[in-house]
Amino acid sequence: MNFFLTIVLDGLIQASWLFIVALGLTLVFGVLKILNIAHGSFYALGAYIAATVVTMVAARSLPPSVGFVAMLLSVALIASAVGLLLERGLLKMFYGRDEVVLLLVTYAVFLILEDVTKLIWGVNPIYATQPYELFGNIEFAGLYYVGYDLVLIPISALIGFAIWFGLNRTVIGKIVLAVIHNEEMSVSMGVRVNRVYAVAFAFGVLLAALAGALTAPKISMQPGLSSDVIILSFAIVVIGGLGSVEGAAVGAILVGLARAASVHLMPQAELFMIYLIMAAVLMFRPEGLFKRETARRI
Amino acid sequence: MRKGLHPLVMIALIAMVTLAGRALPTWTLSLATIAASNALIALGIVVLARTGNVSFGQGLFFAAGGYGVALIANTWGLTDAMAQVIVGAACGGLLGLVIGPLIARYSGIFFGMLTLALSMVFYGALVKSTALGGSDGFNVGRPSLFGMSFTDPREADFMLYAVSVIVTGFAGIAATILFRSEFGLASLAVRENNLRVEYLGLSANRIISINFLIAAIFAGASGAFALMAQRHIDPQFAYWTTSGEFVFVAVLAGNQSVAAVFVASMALELVRSFSNLYLPNTWQLVLGVFLLGVILFLPRGIGSLWIRDRRKRRIPAAATLTAERGAAP
Repeated sequence: MNFFLTIVLDGLIQASWLFIVALGLTLVFGVLKILNIAHGSFYALGAYIAATVVTMVAARSLPPSVGFVAMLLSVALIASAVGLLLERGLLKMFYGRDEVVLLLVTYAVFLILEDVTKLIWGVNPIYATQPYELFGNIEFAGLYYVGYDLVLIPISALIGFAIWFGLNRTVIGKIVLAVIHNEEMSVSMGVRVNRVYAVAFAFGVLLAALAGALTAPKISMQPGLSSDVIILSFAIVVIGGLGSVEGAAVGAILVGLARAASVHLMPQAELFMIYLIMAAVLMFRPEGLFKRETARRI
Repeated sequence: MRKGLHPLVMIALIAMVTLAGRALPTWTLSLATIAASNALIALGIVVLARTGNVSFGQGLFFAAGGYGVALIANTWGLTDAMAQVIVGAACGGLLGLVIGPLIARYSGIFFGMLTLALSMVFYGALVKSTALGGSDGFNVGRPSLFGMSFTDPREADFMLYAVSVIVTGFAGIAATILFRSEFGLASLAVRENNLRVEYLGLSANRIISINFLIAAIFAGASGAFALMAQRHIDPQFAYWTTSGEFVFVAVLAGNQSVAAVFVASMALELVRSFSNLYLPNTWQLVLGVFLLGVILFLPRGIGSLWIRDRRKRRIPAAATLTAERGAAP
């Protein structure tokens, strides 16, 4: 029983940060119809920036809580700026092209960011462990957990709820939903679609970078981080259905549990398991678990 | 029907390029070998892309061909280069035969994602299989040709160059014939509108499956070349960034001309080796900027530089596609 609980808790911890990454990816796809390969790079960018900020704060011997808040704020600021800049400066030029072409544009951005992070932070592993001790250790049903890990679960649940609430219960959210459903109609109703695009993309980047910052204290930052993360978040959004918030949550939990279960039971099958789930979902429900079928023009 | 080169002229061209290898310095030779091998797999992607589907998982067949050849070479001592290419193509083809019909009913982004997923399943399995060397992979011996073994590295390089240029060249001729055939034109029709193709009495799924099979065969043979050139194999063959690079070559080439695939592949290898030389550690950056530039300024690939015939008038077709997606402002 304890063993089972370990898997579930580990899975939820994994799912919590994966959910935040996947939420950004699914939001960008929903609004802009772009499957963003560079999303993993934004995650890595957030993690690296967080590491730099945490190290700077620690060097001034300020408490780790200051470092934690500073890293979240600076990552949020930089990520939104990067997102706005990329959307207005680059992606805008490619709207109206085929989905696959847009995919390749983001692949190019991924390649560029991959080297930019290497140029700035080098190729050696970087650590930012100070905030990890922030919440101490927590005993839970006879198991000891690092408090930071457990705190991630409510944080991501909160973010998920905020997005759901924002989309479904506010005017701005309704406008975004209108753009998702029918862009042409929204334009004729007076919605500034360009602005919605820019904000949605920046928000997607922000979510990826925040997830990076939140996980930065747990991991070592090194090249290859972005391609691993994007592969996981692709699996999540495809399982849940591209563009669906509920789908991202369910996908993240499935993938988190699959990861935790295979780590505990069959370490050799980790990536294999996740992609097997994804392939199986695609075989039986190509639109993902949470997406409604749409009519197409003949 | 567009006029193109006569197949006999192309065969003469292949012979000339092969013989020209005699005069090339060694580093260009190995570069050209890799370029020819990448051109082969990218050609497969172009063949498939004519049905409107882009595969982001050609690494699956690339690795299947490579691992298949490596295992047979190490178990039964098969070293003949031609035989290895055939084995590689057969491995890729067999896998394509199984997978093709399964995924032919998907399109667009789902097709791409599913192929990516399958290649990552394979990658995950390879990394963890200790029998196959795990993430380190394993080595294979030097290839021979028709009973001749090559001890002089220069001769061995030339042999590999010749075999890869000839095989890729003939694949190119086959693809040209395919593109002009009734089947090739039906494939283009599937890209324009698969439902209408079905209404006309053709099976869109079967057309996609067959094109997928061709792409898989090319990818398997290409995997055999990559194996012979590196004499080492590891799971990286199946990783998604490897597949991404092949898609890159295909996009660079565009889907109008077979020759463009070879030019694009060579261009990519040159860019890569020069940026390795002058801008070490930033070749991905160079590659990314290069890709953005091509998509922005040559949306129909570098093939559009020399093919400017009546297809140009079809640009409005792209506009209708945009309208269908809900016109972007």
